[in-house]
Amino acid sequence: MFMDFFWAFVVGGLICVFGQICFDVFKLSPAHTMSLLVVMGAAAGGLGLYEPFIKFAGAGATVPITSFGNSLVQGALSELKLNGFVGVITGIFEVTSAGISSAIIFSFLAAFFFKPKG
Amino acid sequence: MLQGYQSWKFNNQPVIMGRATVVGPFEGQGPLAEDFDIIHGDLMVGQKSWEKAEKSLLEEAQKLAIENTGLTKEQVNFNLGGDLMNQIISSSFAARTLSVPYIGIFGACATSMESLALASLIVDAGFAKYTIASACSHNASAEKQFRYPTEYGSQKPPTAQFTVTGAGAAVVGKGGKGPQIISATIGRVIDMGIKDPFNMGAAMAPAAVDTIEAHFRDLHIEPGYYDLIVTGDLAKVGFTIASEWFKKHNVPIKESQYFDCGMMIYDYEKQEVQAGASGCGCSAVVTYGHLLKRLQKGEFKRILVVATGALLSPLSFQQGESIPCIAHAVALERGEE
Repeated sequence: MFMDFFWAFVVGGLICVFGQICFDVFKLSPAHTMSLLVVMGAAAGGLGLYEPFIKFAGAGATVPITSFGNSLVQGALSELKLNGFVGVITGIFEVTSAGISSAIIFSFLAAFFFKPKG
Repeated sequence: MLQGYQSWKFNNQPVIMGRATVVGPFEGQGPLAEDFDIIHGDLMVGQKSWEKAEKSLLEEAQKLAIENTGLTKEQVNFNLGGDLMNQIISSSFAARTLSVPYIGIFGACATSMESLALASLIVDAGFAKYTIASACSHNASAEKQFRYPTEYGSQKPPTAQFTVTGAGAAVVGKGGKGPQIISATIGRVIDMGIKDPFNMGAAMAPAAVDTIEAHFRDLHIEPGYYDLIVTGDLAKVGFTIASEWFKKHNVPIKESQYFDCGMMIYDYEKQEVQAGASGCGCSAVVTYGHLLKRLQKGEFKRILVVATGALLSPLSFQQGESIPCIAHAVALERGEE
């Protein structure tokens, strides 16, 4: 069990280090860095690499935003198998719908109860 | 009158008759706190938005500066000012309140000395009896416009600068008491190709050096003529670059003589401001609050204030444009108390 924690810590940390390098060395904006990580997760997921990665690193692989990219692709792939090509479109939010719906709901609540002025 | 290529020498003794500085809570915790007229404890200044807060800082500074001269606002002929907001709304909206004929200007953070130079020019040439020059900025409104919304909590690299929340205003009139405005040098736009808006100091340093060298050349003086030469908001990174350039160009500026407003207003030890301060308000409040007080106390006789500005817009930086920069210099001398 200790090794699970260890690898989760190291791998999750390394993903964050990569993000920090994107900020500081390549001068990417936070939005660009986030998008890049999502795309990298999606690409790894599409190549079938992300699931073994999760088995190895656990939360170190599921908590960072790369996992979101993987989830998008996994949803699309499983719907592709069931419904054919239209599944690629409908399946994207299959796995991630909880995350996206809560983003919409909580943003709505925040905007409703508070007055953000930037 | 024109002196050299890009400088003006004021022969009719325009003076800063009255001045005022208003700052926010963070500036009030800094080492210059005692030199400011009003320190607000609330970053919102009791207003509903950051933009309104910035405008009201400026309104207070202008009102107080005019009061300090003993004039009424109806006696002031022209109001010159600018800020960092899109379409310089802070200055224009404050001008609506002041209702003095208004010339809105934009020189980014160089606006403080640009407005003072033009205000002095108008008075010196006899086109006005009294003018008021001002500049203001607000940390949160600038962050929101140029970087990210304040709630977003984005990281900042160590080269980033912290925009000053503050407004400074000065009333210029002919003769009489107060610091004298001797000359001014209007800067050229210099662009060394820097694209990082989190490293404005490095982008602006070459503009500051260019204007300072032009000032000495036009007026046939040496740096030793001034007791103090201060740049507006180069902060640590830009200050170091400017100092190196002076050495490289053999400009004999002594270390004990050259300072930067962006390195004076905050306490680096206690306040997290990365490289230092920036913003239109930075050079305005440091000059009108701190430096002129020391000048009039007799600590120095002559100073040269070189306000530095980065002329980028949020759009130009998103489109990958480099940051053109400018610096304007105004020479001030101790006058009658």
